[in-house]
Amino acid sequence: MNVLHTLGRIVLGGVERLGRAALFLYEIVSGSWELVGRFPLVLQQIYGVGVLTLLIILVSGLFVGMVLGLQGYNTLVKFGSANSLGLLVALSLVRELGPVVTALLFAGRAGSALTAEIGLMKATEQLAGMEMMAVNPVIRVIAPRFFGGVIAMPLLAALFSAIGVLGGHIVGVGLLGVDAGPFWSQMQAGVDFHDDIVNGVIKSAVFGVVCTWIAVFEGYDAVPTSEGVARATNRTVVYSSLAVLALDFILTALTLGEV
Amino acid sequence: MISRKTMEVWVGLFVAAGLLALAMLAFKVGNLTTSDVVDSYTLTAKFNNVGGLKVKAPVTMAGVRIGRVSKIGFDSERFMGVVEMQIDGRYKNIPKDTSASILTSGLLGDQYIGLEPGGSEEYFKNKDTIQMTQSAVVLEKLIGQFLFNKASEGEKAK
Repeated sequence: MNVLHTLGRIVLGGVERLGRAALFLYEIVSGSWELVGRFPLVLQQIYGVGVLTLLIILVSGLFVGMVLGLQGYNTLVKFGSANSLGLLVALSLVRELGPVVTALLFAGRAGSALTAEIGLMKATEQLAGMEMMAVNPVIRVIAPRFFGGVIAMPLLAALFSAIGVLGGHIVGVGLLGVDAGPFWSQMQAGVDFHDDIVNGVIKSAVFGVVCTWIAVFEGYDAVPTSEGVARATNRTVVYSSLAVLALDFILTALTLGEV
Repeated sequence: MISRKTMEVWVGLFVAAGLLALAMLAFKVGNLTTSDVVDSYTLTAKFNNVGGLKVKAPVTMAGVRIGRVSKIGFDSERFMGVVEMQIDGRYKNIPKDTSASILTSGLLGDQYIGLEPGGSEEYFKNKDTIQMTQSAVVLEKLIGQFLFNKASEGEKAK
């Protein structure tokens, strides 16, 4: 009986949280027109979640591209098709690794910071204070952060992929001696703008919405104690990563159209 | 806390770099520059067997790509594959007795359509049909034929 009770409570709690999160998202989006004319608020958040995440994105993009070049070369050279290295690096980055790794890094670097910041605002009753002054904290605090993250993510993913391709070029052409001509020409012949690049951008946009949504909701919904904020931050990273990986499979299946 | 101007400059740099990266992906990595031919016209060809031809496969003449396959359909009355292709509008003088054949690039490569020009003075217009076609080579049929010939040679030797 106790087991059933616990199970029921967990399920009901989960569904309730999901419902609150959905209403929260609706509140953000429906109130977003009030941000028109207050763009500096969003700008500040793009700086916070975008520019400050740039370093980790660029460095990991470069190294992921270089590793892909190294690994891909060793496999492709067995089939005598080392010239396709550019295609392999570009496709893996643009289709998969760019959006996914960026989203995972984003959740760890920017998402956790968002949650901690909003959670602390709640714990120190800044959000309640705003409400007392008839300022809606969802519009003033949450929405700029949400849209900042949504705008920053596709740009970060594009930067990740671009610098990854350059990393692959450094290793493949610079170190391993693949010819630069076929490296780029096979890449251009094989990477389709609509099928590969646009889909990569769509993926990263979806990840941007989901990651920032989870981050701001966990912060807003945190238990207002230092322990509660710590747990909320932890949950942000875990839930974002799981959501990104699961959504990645669904989006890939949808865009490739063949499961 | 940094000053507002510095922050704005950084955001501007970030957005510009992101868009630049996107443009690099589109033009340098992808094929945006070559894929869309604005001023193109359509030709149709019917094949007994289109083999492994795919939409977006190149259409070449003298080895140079002049178009792409845009649609592959099926003619249920004559049981033939109908291939529609978009030809670059710059090449308007393709003779009417040009023949189309489905070829393979390399031994294991993708299939493409090769156009062999004829000598006619009349040129194809939009939505014309190429009359002379040669189907894709199906490897299994080729091997079967080869084995059959070998076997019949053996019969004769006896």
